[in-house]
Amino acid sequence: MSVDLTGAAARARTTAYHPPSLLSVYRVRAVVELKTFMREREAVVFTFSFPILLLVIFGAVFGRQDISGGVRFAQVFVAGMIAAGLFASSFQNLGISIPIERDSGALKRLAGTPMPPSAYFVGKIVLVAIVATVQQVLLLAVGVLFYGLHLPTEGSRWLTYLWVSVLGISACTLLGISATAIVKNGRTAPAVISPIAIVLQFISGVFFVFAALPGWMQTIAAFFPLKWMTQGMRSVFLPDGYQAQEPAGSWEHGRIALVLGLWLVGGLLVSVRTFRWRNKADG
Amino acid sequence: MSEVAIRVSGLRKTYQGRAAVDGLDLTVERGEVFSLLGPNGAGKSTTVEILEGYRRRDGGDVAVLGNDPAKATAEWKSRIGIVLQRVDDLAQSSELTVREWVGSMAAYFPDPMRPDEAIELVGLADKRDARSSSLSGGQRRRLDVALGIVGRPELLFLDEPTTGFDPEARRQFWGLIESLADAGTTILLTTHYLDEAERLADRVGVINAGRILEVGPPATLGGRASAAATVRWIGPDGPRELTTDEPTRVVLDLATRFDGEVPELVVERPSLEDVYLRMIGSPE
Repeated sequence: MSVDLTGAAARARTTAYHPPSLLSVYRVRAVVELKTFMREREAVVFTFSFPILLLVIFGAVFGRQDISGGVRFAQVFVAGMIAAGLFASSFQNLGISIPIERDSGALKRLAGTPMPPSAYFVGKIVLVAIVATVQQVLLLAVGVLFYGLHLPTEGSRWLTYLWVSVLGISACTLLGISATAIVKNGRTAPAVISPIAIVLQFISGVFFVFAALPGWMQTIAAFFPLKWMTQGMRSVFLPDGYQAQEPAGSWEHGRIALVLGLWLVGGLLVSVRTFRWRNKADG
Repeated sequence: MSEVAIRVSGLRKTYQGRAAVDGLDLTVERGEVFSLLGPNGAGKSTTVEILEGYRRRDGGDVAVLGNDPAKATAEWKSRIGIVLQRVDDLAQSSELTVREWVGSMAAYFPDPMRPDEAIELVGLADKRDARSSSLSGGQRRRLDVALGIVGRPELLFLDEPTTGFDPEARRQFWGLIESLADAGTTILLTTHYLDEAERLADRVGVINAGRILEVGPPATLGGRASAAATVRWIGPDGPRELTTDEPTRVVLDLATRFDGEVPELVVERPSLEDVYLRMIGSPE
């Protein structure tokens, strides 16, 4: 068999470097990420069923309780779970999967190729976007069918839904990537990342009505993005009358955008500066 | 264009004050298969990872294909191929098939082989559609090599490529490396197996305590070719052994004495292993 093994050798000396187009490499990475995810059947089932399972459990226990503002707890909870789903599919997903890939040497292998580093992150972002979209459709469907969730009819509310989702998931994606700097290895990743996610869910108004939490807890939660995402989702799915129950007495759209925007910028800076392609044990 | 693939002088790297590489010099010609031999902790992997662009050096000059690997560009990376020592990504967490792996890797390079060509070269054609996690250890290592060569590198780094292979798989693998070398690929091979270095390498460099002790063709390393031979046989009083510069004369004398066959006659030159062990035993 005669194969031109080193054709590149001769050409490299005489011609300029023509890398493959950025777009084609991005597409390849997105396909790699999606195929890898889709073929891990247990992970797929768990990823999509877990938030729904939580919805069913909490809905069954507390769902019928009326809370002030003419709203049932189930509606508040579904809005919270929609935000928590975005958080899980971005922050938790990347915070755990990236250290595992770093441990296995997958990132080291990629770093030794001419692949532009941005392609790796684009692949992850496409995966997060698709997982989150499917997740959202499932949560909305279950919410509407079983928990009295009202899909908004005004375009302005859908617009809010869109920007809160996009801004929130972007911030949490970068936050997840940043978090991999403090995770030593793949084995400890779930032990570090999952508690962060669970604690934030408890204090950010996912499982409990936010206004009913102790003041100090509200204050801590206000530093993190999830609280603002749940608040944004309540503004989409709950009647405006419920605004009075929020700590500030309003939906605070401006502040939601500000806090999530700050996390986005901070996450970007930290990710770019701290991202490692090799495990610490590997020097 | 220089005919030197790798030029290293005075390379130094320290970890927490301990020198892992301590004034290492090395030249690898284009088209050469060069093997680095040395015990664990001698500085082999550190050196190779500096050459691959993974680690920073603390001192010395390094040029790989005419460029400083510490300032690696995509263009430079497209001209080298790397087969790493310990990677589990093909085993773990990968549900991609052989073809998908090689195809995605090819997509990062400016002028790759067709993925099927690379797969055929490493002898995985009938495993093309198998998921990498289902391959045996030897097959996975072949896939590693396919991923390393699909970009048609001018220089290929092979870091302990056959660790854990059975003898037959190792022989097949050697054939693959020889065909790459025949096609003109420069290869830097690190290995623990001296027979592997002897079979594949044009020259070997023995490294210990962060320095190169000696460089030469495997047949003449450490004065092997001119070293005294050992003659062994079974005499009337049991096993006998004689070290001599004239083994032919000794054998002729023995033949006369025994009047024919000499029982269990063996004439031995020091093996590469003997030479190597002597060298690393006394680093001076």
